[in-house]
Amino acid sequence: MDEALLRSLTPSVLAILVRRGADFAAAEDAVQDALVEALRVWPADPSPSSSSRGDPMRDPKGWLVTVAWRRFLDATRADAARRRREDRVEEEPAPGPAPAVDDTLQLYFLCAHPSLTPSSAVALTLRAVGGLTTRQIAEAYLVPEATMAQRISRAKRTVSGVRFDQPGDVATVLRVLYLVFNEGYSGDVDLAAEAIRLTRQLAAAIDHPEVAGLLALMLLHHARRAARTAPDGSLVPLAEQDRGRWDTESIAEGVEILQAALARDRLGEFQAQAAIAALHADAPTAEETDWVQIVEWYDELARLTDSPVVRLNRAVAVGEADGPRAGLAALAALDDSLPRHTAVAAYLHERDGDLATAARLYAEAAQKAPNLAERDHLTRQAARLNAQGEERSSSPVQDESP
Amino acid sequence: MAKYLLLKHYRGAPAAVNDVPMDRWTPEEISAHVRYMNDFAARLEKTGEFVDGQALAPEGTWVRYDGEGRPPVTDGPFAETKDLIAGWMVIDVDSYERAVELAGELSAAPGAGGKPIHEWLELRPFLAAAPTITECH
Repeated sequence: MDEALLRSLTPSVLAILVRRGADFAAAEDAVQDALVEALRVWPADPSPSSSSRGDPMRDPKGWLVTVAWRRFLDATRADAARRRREDRVEEEPAPGPAPAVDDTLQLYFLCAHPSLTPSSAVALTLRAVGGLTTRQIAEAYLVPEATMAQRISRAKRTVSGVRFDQPGDVATVLRVLYLVFNEGYSGDVDLAAEAIRLTRQLAAAIDHPEVAGLLALMLLHHARRAARTAPDGSLVPLAEQDRGRWDTESIAEGVEILQAALARDRLGEFQAQAAIAALHADAPTAEETDWVQIVEWYDELARLTDSPVVRLNRAVAVGEADGPRAGLAALAALDDSLPRHTAVAAYLHERDGDLATAARLYAEAAQKAPNLAERDHLTRQAARLNAQGEERSSSPVQDESP
Repeated sequence: MAKYLLLKHYRGAPAAVNDVPMDRWTPEEISAHVRYMNDFAARLEKTGEFVDGQALAPEGTWVRYDGEGRPPVTDGPFAETKDLIAGWMVIDVDSYERAVELAGELSAAPGAGGKPIHEWLELRPFLAAAPTITECH
């Protein structure tokens, strides 16, 4: 049984039920039931012998719609208070599948509705659009299943009054998908891959340069994932990554999608971020990175977002393009309480040759690191410089050969 | 979406504003306090922000390895001053501001005289796993 196929069908099946008159929360429950049923009864391996039995594999979407609709009617029937409404629904002949692409898009908008908190929007998107079970989402976010179930049902209640055909805001959808992508992964679901799948689906449903930009950005970042951590889980900085382990196919796809988007001349922050990622991915070696162009893209990005974090990243790029002194000058203009400000200062001081200051700042940055891998990485940098410093001071007559 | 640990201390934290030992409260005041804590947890379950919560016994022991073949050292030199954690709650919230808001609410649990105890709670963010997107320079 192809679980990926099942998940990809979820949004259009759900959209069809809603189009037929099911309210969103009930439709969503019915679709989840149908998915569980499919996992149970669909053949594990679609062989020729099984397809002769008129089985779900020939029309998986039709099968899911039928089962989900039946579940919805059962549930509605069981609810006496809804009897009248149910009668009305049953009297009406079910229309054929509505234009699925359009409906899917509405579903994305609904799940990213501005009335939801970010974590609720993420949970609802993964469940209703992504077809993940509550357990899978709970595992991915390391919270109890009951907590996630509540988060999802609250989200469903929040959007239950929203009209399904109301046009939504692409920017909020993109923000939600970006949040999903930025999570690490635990449990049996890879959220980064899931975010890519959902963004791909969105890009197929809507022609928008920023959707393409986000998809390109995700593909370009994801392509480097294997090289980003050592076997022991420690971080490998960009310059030290084994570029042979980058996924060149994903990079090529990301670059192609980005170029098509940029050609439309409607620049947005995701396209600009993707452009920076593409310049990194394009360089055959770290030394050949086109830092001058990267600084230009950071200027664009700063103009688009006015984000201090972007200006911090820009300072790193300036340090590479024009030397560490220029980077430190750019850094001096920024608030030093910014996340990673100290880490950047440490790096630029090291490149400038001030190893004692760099070691002190690395240690300080480690204290403020937002996650374990980064803290360990920064602590190692401090330790490396401190060890070098001790070596130098204990053997003053020797040459300082690298 | 970040997890925070709310730590409640038996001792080690600065004194509460309404600082009356619990054994001097009336039974009703104790019940009200316990109910407040339970309601608080139940409410967070409903909002999808609850992760875990446990109470700890006041007896804690410090343990240290004391060399090959020797039993570990128990209860070290901290007997008079050591900080003691009474219990914890783990929440998963959208922002630091929300975490502070919830910690503030928890600190307002009723104590002696039915008045909020204003106790100090420690709020600590989890060091999460590395987000996939961050590239270290």
